Amino acid sequence: MEIEKLLTERKTAISRKWFEQVTDTYPSDTSKFLKQQKDPFANPVGSTTMNSLQGVLDELLKKEPDKEKLVFLLDPVIRIRTVQAVFTPSQAVGFVFFLKQIVRENLKNECRDLQTLTALSAFEGKVDELALIAFNIYMECTKTILELKANHEKGKVYRAFSRAGLVEEIPDDGPELIR
Amino acid sequence: MSDLPKSDELFAGLDHKPQKKDWMDTPVNIRKGMYCYSANPASMETLGAPFARKWNPLEEDWKLPENWQEIIHNGFRERLDRFRTFKVFMDICVRCGACADKCHFFIGTGDPKNMPVLRAELLRSVYRNDFTTFGKLLGRVAGARPMTLDVLKEWWYYMFQCSECRRCSVFCPYGIDTAEITIMGRELLNLLGLNIDWIATPVSNCYKTGNHLGIQPHAFKDMLDFFVEDIEDITGVNTEPQYNKKGADILFITPSGDVFADPGTYTCMGYLILFKYLKDKYGLDVTWSTYASEGGNFGFFTSHETMKRLNAKMYAEAKRLGVKWILGGECGHMWRVISQYMNTLNGPADFLEEPVSPITGTKFENAKSTKMVHISEFTADLIRHGKLELDPARNDNLKVTFHDSCNPARGMGMFDEPRYVIQNTCNHFYEMPANTIRENTFCCGSGSGLNAGEDMELRMCGGLPRANAVKHVRDKFGVNMLACVCAIDRAAFPDLMNYWVPGVDVTGVTELVGNALILPGEKERDTDLRGEALPGMEEDDAE
Ligand code: SF4
Ligand code: SF4
Repeated sequence: MEIEKLLTERKTAISRKWFEQVTDTYPSDTSKFLKQQKDPFANPVGSTTMNSLQGVLDELLKKEPDKEKLVFLLDPVIRIRTVQAVFTPSQAVGFVFFLKQIVRENLKNECRDLQTLTALSAFEGKVDELALIAFNIYMECTKTILELKANHEKGKVYRAFSRAGLVEEIPDDGPELIR
Repeated sequence: MSDLPKSDELFAGLDHKPQKKDWMDTPVNIRKGMYCYSANPASMETLGAPFARKWNPLEEDWKLPENWQEIIHNGFRERLDRFRTFKVFMDICVRCGACADKCHFFIGTGDPKNMPVLRAELLRSVYRNDFTTFGKLLGRVAGARPMTLDVLKEWWYYMFQCSECRRCSVFCPYGIDTAEITIMGRELLNLLGLNIDWIATPVSNCYKTGNHLGIQPHAFKDMLDFFVEDIEDITGVNTEPQYNKKGADILFITPSGDVFADPGTYTCMGYLILFKYLKDKYGLDVTWSTYASEGGNFGFFTSHETMKRLNAKMYAEAKRLGVKWILGGECGHMWRVISQYMNTLNGPADFLEEPVSPITGTKFENAKSTKMVHISEFTADLIRHGKLELDPARNDNLKVTFHDSCNPARGMGMFDEPRYVIQNTCNHFYEMPANTIRENTFCCGSGSGLNAGEDMELRMCGGLPRANAVKHVRDKFGVNMLACVCAIDRAAFPDLMNYWVPGVDVTGVTELVGNALILPGEKERDTDLRGEALPGMEEDDAE
């Protein structure tokens, strides 16, 4: 049996397991909350993570996963983990690899012949690609944060002043604001 | 299978499962992006704040005075004696956990010490140790711990990861307001000179020049003059305001962000248009002040004394000019200070009159003691009485949602007036989900002086629950404009939207009024206040 088909049948269990492991990367009190609170507005991190992971798994199980779509689906969860200081960069994106172990565990009994092993390794190749996508998203998010820091308040005030043609009255480095 | 390496061995370094430890055993780890720079000593000196010095939160040595523990202990005791609420809040928490998952900083950062109950425990544990018998006797068993340098650092880190928004208090069965505990925590830290610069420098500027940005009276006037020119280009009407006019009926005070920073500047244009309309139609006599050129009160984030000093300035100016009452612009914490503290700080303002709208005759009972009326209340009342001629179609390119800013909402109880104004000036209005608005509103994540640049990661985490609800209405209804009545919101939301919900812009409520209000004698407008083509005018624009 093709492993994609097998995995598709078991995808609910797989994504649940993946979600559990991802939420376990948080301190235990937080992880409990992320799993229990089902209201998406009271628990945006839990619900976004869940939706992201489910969507990504669905896409990975397709014959030809669409890269654009994977970026779109993975973005929300990486976007969150990028700004959460509890994580190092590798922890922010490394959860992608959990999927490999979960799938292996899941296919323990089926992985007996070369064909299945080859299929498994092909699937794992997709996970590796996903990790690279995750890394790109992480870098994009970091870049946005750096831009926001650079264009902070000082810049906004400065813009308002220059729009008003008042800039020549202001010292070279912008209005005397807060460093 | 057995000869395949396990993937978690390959990635053992990822260490995905944190160890389970009691919170007291988890040492504070001050991380970049999550804290604001320490206060500039020059600003601290202007304010006469103690122990002004350069210090770096990341360094081991915070250059504390030798007897710092004694200072904290005595300061703690003084405040327990002085503020009954503080004492009660230290004693009565039953650790039921109802507040635990209600804080946007906990929800967004995932850091358990941002649970309101734990934030308060940071202080409470020292309180038990220093001031309760069972704490002294039983120590840790009773949840007590002595004040050490690590504890102090932990206080500092987490007192400045609370935006004093009061959301947690809504859910506490005992009404414990963790914001008040944070306020006390910050006061104690200030006794050791441990303020942040994004608070200390605005406060010092405000003290010296009348506004947070330190901008002088002539520049304040120049900016307003510029808006007047811009409005004239758009409407053909000269909206020149009055400045520092003695004997005017009403003094108008707004946060300086409205005058000096986009997109608040467009809200400011809205005020000018509204006042011009009311002057021409009904003879309303409003004056601006270049001295009380700031509504915002960052003193509130420092100490009760500093808050009092800055608040006093508005009333001193009202007295000097001899106005009847004060009209306040779209500010956040100015209103919290007015409605929660003003009376016992500098009030009651008996030299002013109880505010009555000269146009509708409405008596603003709620402002009986403070003598200060919110612009949204004032405008809603005018609309209710049919006093404004409005063309909401001029806002038809906008699909608007409304963020209840914590201070006017939870700190003041104003929920319906801004909505009423929006619904009468716009045709497309959509509410965010019920558990994210009105008294349940989620903070912008940047309140209480945290809207700096260096703590951007913290702000993005804290603003996530709000942004998540905006994203919902953007995806569901095509919302493209987030309205609010707070200058910190207007400064913070553009960044938040940029990161989480691109395509949603930010506006003050009075900007919407400025667009919709038909000024007597105005020409046909083809752009809104931002210079963007009005609906139906796009083609003319392209020609
Ligand atoms: S006041 Fe607001 S920021 Fe502070 S602990 Fe409560 S919910 Fe969190
Ligand atoms: S809800 Fe109130 S009583 Fe319960 S843990 Fe929070 S502060 Fe304590």
